[in-house]
Amino acid sequence: MNIIIVGATSAMAQHTARRYAKAGNRFVLIARNAQKLTAVADDLRARGAECETLTLDINDLDAHAGCVSASIAAAAPDLLLMAHGTLPDQQACEQDTALMMQEFATNGSSSLALLNEYARVFEAKGSGSIVVITSVAGDRGRQSNYVYGAAKAAVSTYLSGLRNRLSKCGVSVIDIRPGFVDTPMTADFSKGALWAKPEQIAAGIEKAVAKKRNIVYLPGFWWAIMLIIRNIPEVIFKRLSL
Amino acid sequence: MSEQHGSWSGFPEPTHHSVSAPHWQAELNWPAGSRTLAYGNGRSYGDVCQNPGGNLTLMRGLSRLRFFDREKGLICAEAGVTLGELLAVTEPAGWFLPVTPGTQFVTLGGAVANDVHGKNHHLRGSFGHHVQSFNLLRSDGRTLACSRESNAEYFRASIGGLGLTGIITDVTVQLMRVPGPAIKTETLRMANLHEFFELNRASSDFEYTVSWIDCTARGKQMGRGFFIRGDHTESPPTPPLKRKSVPLTPPLSLINRLSVQAFNTLYSHKQWRKSVTSVQQRDSFFYPLDGLRHWNRLYGPKGFLQYQCVLPSLVAESACEEMLGHISDNGGGSFLVVLKAFGDIAPEGILSFPRDGITLALDFPFEGKPTLDLLARLDAITRAAHGAVYPAKDARMRGEDFRFYYPDWQQLDALRDPAIGSGFWQRVTGDT
Repeated sequence: MNIIIVGATSAMAQHTARRYAKAGNRFVLIARNAQKLTAVADDLRARGAECETLTLDINDLDAHAGCVSASIAAAAPDLLLMAHGTLPDQQACEQDTALMMQEFATNGSSSLALLNEYARVFEAKGSGSIVVITSVAGDRGRQSNYVYGAAKAAVSTYLSGLRNRLSKCGVSVIDIRPGFVDTPMTADFSKGALWAKPEQIAAGIEKAVAKKRNIVYLPGFWWAIMLIIRNIPEVIFKRLSL
Repeated sequence: MSEQHGSWSGFPEPTHHSVSAPHWQAELNWPAGSRTLAYGNGRSYGDVCQNPGGNLTLMRGLSRLRFFDREKGLICAEAGVTLGELLAVTEPAGWFLPVTPGTQFVTLGGAVANDVHGKNHHLRGSFGHHVQSFNLLRSDGRTLACSRESNAEYFRASIGGLGLTGIITDVTVQLMRVPGPAIKTETLRMANLHEFFELNRASSDFEYTVSWIDCTARGKQMGRGFFIRGDHTESPPTPPLKRKSVPLTPPLSLINRLSVQAFNTLYSHKQWRKSVTSVQQRDSFFYPLDGLRHWNRLYGPKGFLQYQCVLPSLVAESACEEMLGHISDNGGGSFLVVLKAFGDIAPEGILSFPRDGITLALDFPFEGKPTLDLLARLDAITRAAHGAVYPAKDARMRGEDFRFYYPDWQQLDALRDPAIGSGFWQRVTGDT
């Protein structure tokens, strides 16, 4: 199995990769930081997988095409996992439009740009899975993080259209929407009962790929929470402090 | 950031620590103005993993493998990986940990820092004997590559060094080739303590030996129980144990006089035949308690104390008898008593616990002064026998007893990193 991971140094990506790391599987790992990439690649190699690493600044759109073709040079991918992202400081974004646009690019438009390239690759191949980690935050804008939410919503909407397009040629497009996950990205939050470990998300991703699911909330109870959140009438929702 | 982190026994009570949680080696840092202590998976029982008033460096984020040489059986991993996570990778390649403790949830760093032992000390020594090298991060910014050849004094001090010599960042271990992960076991009924010593002498060729004894039995039956011995065997791969969990802490300990008496009586009658052989899967042989997640919660909010000591061979039989006598007189008893022999392999670390003799491990629900008094009486026996108590399981031994059991403690103290401290070290050395 040939696997490409964008944002390969993220906690969820690392734990997902470990589940696929065995002899016979080959990874192309893409991330910004070469030193971290080496550590992740060593880990997967020790588990028996083959690994290649590519460094990419996700917001350098001009570098995308080169990176995509390098990532498929050795073999056509069976699985693409996109896991890169940041957690923007919402209040700082409200004061700084340039920062907001950069965060939107990191979490939203950079994904669209890459997906646009990989979509043609998978379309030509006629099989495989495209898995993108979005967020429950994309289901509805809340005052505490709507920049992040808007970016993830853009990706989710794009994925919905892409799924519609690629379902005709046997490619599954999977939108993973995690709730609160205890990762370095959320290190500053105090963790309560709703928090999940990245290992749990990784297990859910593997299952979603095996079952060719479409939209997956992880852990599953977020489906019910978001059903309620999405259905609160806007007249009431706008008065809430969420 | 401040978080509550406890030890496995719930005693002493978990305290709030400021924490740092590195996910990359480059993120390991030293908090200004306070001492830190590397904290793995919180499986040690007392205060060797506690640092009241200080900082904890949570190591679980550092759990990557560095390399695995499948020909030589050499594996190198970051210190926060658990032994179970390592086994998941090494077992399919035919390699096993040469020494494994009774739980697979301890981290690699913790296994080195406590120089843990298993059921095969008589043949393989302790975990430290199989460590080829490790990197030790010191607060002066140096990373010391430690092995028997380089920085040997730090190597010896860090094995069993309770995390005090620096932060162990990654460890290279020589694994053991096995025909399969399952164990062919023979369970022998023992009528009394004397039979344990006889069986033990007759079983030195077996890779693993351990016994479970009924501590409520008195008189001629004292020490009745089971002697279990086994060897690795070829067999189908381990089907995962169905894990159960204790969902919450009951308001009172469920482990009390009545349940201990009932359990021990039932357990000691589980097998009437003198000897039963079977092939046990890895998890049920090595990690029976891992099948019950959070079993420590059974002891209620006050937690429990484990007492594990080693008694030199020469006096082991009489000292064991004296201890079991005290415990059955006390009536409280311990849920299960584990008895096993250590071989006369020289310890690898300055503060290593395993040494020639018989080791006895007992769990007691914490009931305040009566529990502490009973353990103090056991201390007196251990001390008179020139034995030792295991720091990884301890939350209450007196400093003077510790210094008597581990006369070389000052050698370790001299190599301790000034930016590291622990509740245990403060307690037993009077260091503040």
